[in-house]
Amino acid sequence: MKKLDSHQRNEDKEVEIMDFNQKSSNRRKREIKQSQKQKKKKRRSVNKEFAIVTYVFLLLFIGMTGYFIYFIQVKSDDFINNSYNARLNQLQNYSIRGNILADDGSVLAQTTVNEDGSETRSYPYGSVFAHAVGYSINGMSGAELDANYYLLTSNSFILTRLANQVLDKKNQGDDVVTTLNVGLQQACYNALGSNEGAAICIEPSTGKILAMVSKPDYDPNTIGANWDSYVAEDSDSTVLLNRATQGLYAPGSTFKIVTLLSHLQQNKSEEFQFNCTGAFEYQNYTMHCFNGKSHGEENLLSAFGNSCNCAFSQIGLGLDIKTFDKLCDKLLFNKKLPTQLNDTAKSRMTLSEEDGSALVMQTAIGQGNTMVSPLHMAMIASAIANKGTLMKPYLLDYTQNESGTITKRFSSESYGSLMSDEDAATLQQYMRYVVTNGTATPLMSEQYEVYGKTGTAEFGTDKSRDHSWFVGFAKDANGKDIAIAVVMEGVSAGDSHAVPVTRQILDAYFGM
Amino acid sequence: MVHIIASASRFSLIIFIAIYTYYCFAALKSNISYARQERLYKKQTTLMYGILVNGNLVLFVVYQDIRILGLMICEILLFIITLLIYKHIYENASKSLVNNMCMLLTISFIILTRLDIEKAIKQFIFAAVAVVITCFIPLLVAKLKVWNKLRFLYGVIGIAGLSFVLVAASTTYGAKLSISIGPVVLQPSEFIKIIFIFFSACMLQETTEFSHIVKTTVIAALHVLILVASRDLGGALIYLVTYLVMLYVATRKPIYMFLGVASGALASVVAYHLFDHVKDRVIAWKDPLSVIDDQGYQISQSLFAIGSGGWFGTGLGLGMPNKIPVVTTDFVFAAISEEMGAVFAICIIFICISCFLMFFNISMQIKDYFYKLIALGIGTLYGTQTFLALGGVTKFIPSTGVTLPLVSYGGSSLLSTIILFAIIQGLYVLQFDEGEDDEEVGQPSKKRRQRS
Repeated sequence: MKKLDSHQRNEDKEVEIMDFNQKSSNRRKREIKQSQKQKKKKRRSVNKEFAIVTYVFLLLFIGMTGYFIYFIQVKSDDFINNSYNARLNQLQNYSIRGNILADDGSVLAQTTVNEDGSETRSYPYGSVFAHAVGYSINGMSGAELDANYYLLTSNSFILTRLANQVLDKKNQGDDVVTTLNVGLQQACYNALGSNEGAAICIEPSTGKILAMVSKPDYDPNTIGANWDSYVAEDSDSTVLLNRATQGLYAPGSTFKIVTLLSHLQQNKSEEFQFNCTGAFEYQNYTMHCFNGKSHGEENLLSAFGNSCNCAFSQIGLGLDIKTFDKLCDKLLFNKKLPTQLNDTAKSRMTLSEEDGSALVMQTAIGQGNTMVSPLHMAMIASAIANKGTLMKPYLLDYTQNESGTITKRFSSESYGSLMSDEDAATLQQYMRYVVTNGTATPLMSEQYEVYGKTGTAEFGTDKSRDHSWFVGFAKDANGKDIAIAVVMEGVSAGDSHAVPVTRQILDAYFGM
Repeated sequence: MVHIIASASRFSLIIFIAIYTYYCFAALKSNISYARQERLYKKQTTLMYGILVNGNLVLFVVYQDIRILGLMICEILLFIITLLIYKHIYENASKSLVNNMCMLLTISFIILTRLDIEKAIKQFIFAAVAVVITCFIPLLVAKLKVWNKLRFLYGVIGIAGLSFVLVAASTTYGAKLSISIGPVVLQPSEFIKIIFIFFSACMLQETTEFSHIVKTTVIAALHVLILVASRDLGGALIYLVTYLVMLYVATRKPIYMFLGVASGALASVVAYHLFDHVKDRVIAWKDPLSVIDDQGYQISQSLFAIGSGGWFGTGLGLGMPNKIPVVTTDFVFAAISEEMGAVFAICIIFICISCFLMFFNISMQIKDYFYKLIALGIGTLYGTQTFLALGGVTKFIPSTGVTLPLVSYGGSSLLSTIILFAIIQGLYVLQFDEGEDDEEVGQPSKKRRQRS
């Protein structure tokens, strides 16, 4: 009412002034004042509806302005950093692409300006960081894609930028510092060797992606020249695919973590007895244990430690399918993973009450229709390590201008809780047992404690080749921790190839 | 060098409009003297010319097109004439509104010159014609006393006009809006909305008996339904809100408002499930990036523009606003924000709010009930349309595809908005006359001028 009544108030004042000027009698002055007051009162009551409508509109406008300010200040950077934003290409005309750095400042990608003014993007570590850092041509990938906008935005000293504008020179784009650790990345790269597969390491308490390797790889320094052969239609090469984030594999026994969690939540007890004979038949479907081995009398802990398929088929059959399916949704199956990365694959797990018992048994042991990405499994392990709370994985840590002043920080963000603290603690016990007494004993170490689950996933029709998995986390007495997922494609069936690879990576990490 | 000029001018333009906007509200203060108010309005005019000249000079430097300078001189002349008309012929008109109208036109001219000079020239011609046509309107409103007796005519023209559009119009962007007569393309619903306000005011001033309200509401609903059938959802929403607010104020019964809002909400849910184009808008609003190839393309491009421009903009001519589909009409605000900056854009929002307040102000002041409702209707219509246009572009609400009054390109929209402003000016003149008749208490009449 304040503003809208202003004129009425003006009127009062005017009356005063005018009357004063006219030197009219006090009595008359009072009369006028009174009549004005009455009028005002009447008018105000008539105008009540006007006030309401005015306020509603003002509220809408203020709300919209607030949202606009919020968008510009908070959201816009992340929003406009999109490959569809043609303005980003235009930025190349104004700035020299900044460098991508590792967490210790080592240069992972840099641009050098040649004498003729042309620019060359080079990658000092070659193929070691191929998928993590990515490439900046032909649509871009990896950190080059995720950080594109920041690399092309200059926050150099304002006078420098002004001088460059006057001289029609390009500004130096900001550097982007990633969370990647050179030593660990190299360890992962070497450990995987010539195998096809992927390894990804995340810091559970923050969500920092410490290392990310995918094989086969490519040399980003020569990608321009080799591009055609990578994408040729008749080529079955998938070197450009980042298997750590975009590859989808059957999870095999690593999925028993999920089955176990569902069992614990549904039964609220760890009571379980099973006698494994190496084979388990239910409604004309027979499940075999790995290599036909019979595990004998088992409780829940030993069944998990032995990775007993028969016992877990039994457990799967005992689950309420709807609740199981809901748990999987909560564990981020069938949805876009909450990460900072642009290109990640959605994991799949679908099971309904109409599905036959055979599919239920297969799903319970990580076969069936379930497909996961290594990133996703590492995220689940990371949440278990972090008392059930998932920290969103991120790769870009902060940006700095050419003189090293930090210009933007991507802080560690919690996604929320995937499971309760108690459930996480119980799973930790079981995953520890796998290392102390189960299928991952080669990971016993004086230096650090490992918790995890091995997996062997069948794929295709070739029974002599499997995917080998390890998913878990490790920590030492100093509070240093790491969640890890390793997958190796099509390795000879029967051995846990991923376990020694994991050992090599963890030794390197805790030896640093 | 071109860069430096464009870049530096971002700040001068922002400073000009920020001061201008401050004056808009400073002049509304209750304890301000008449003389100071006049001074503020004069300063506003100066700032407006400052923006016009500064903006056009930047564009001339960037594009080196001599037509820009010619156009600028014509624009200055147009504003001088407009301001003279209102200063000398309608001395009781609201100076604040005249200034705001010219200011919004100035912004429109600059950004259209930037986007497409052909359109800017056309827009200038539309504006010049509109100003000439509408300069008689305040007089007609204030002096002719027949306006509240033509309800039958208003109703017939409204329904017939909208139905004709539904049958005969060509389809643009999924909606049937425009009729081509020779070289002229008209959007009749832009004009019928004025007639609709007159119709509603006529009906609602008579009596608020229930049966009468039902009759009025049925006819009003018919207007809205025809617009829905033409797929002009933004238009339908504007008509609906305008009518509901007028009904609420006339009857003073909140229940009508609640019923109206409830049925409107229900209708939106039904429309969401029934019409794909409604669903598309909502999907695009929720997460434009996830459907960027498809429904989300336009709003994503709009937000790219706004975000890339940031607080101070890229500078005129240095952004890429032409990447946004239909940027000159519905999405003109995004182009302004990209090149002239979010601060500039926020000032525009506040100038629009100031116009809205001036509309409501006259509605509260005026005693004649019919004109009270007219002003209320115009104020609501302007507020709703502005809110839908700005909210759609900034992703505050789903995009409804309406134009930003006075700023967006388009002859019908421009002419109809200038008519609305002229009617309001007529009411300011009328209110002054009312004041004169009322002078029993014997106050000198001159003091009333302070209101404008």
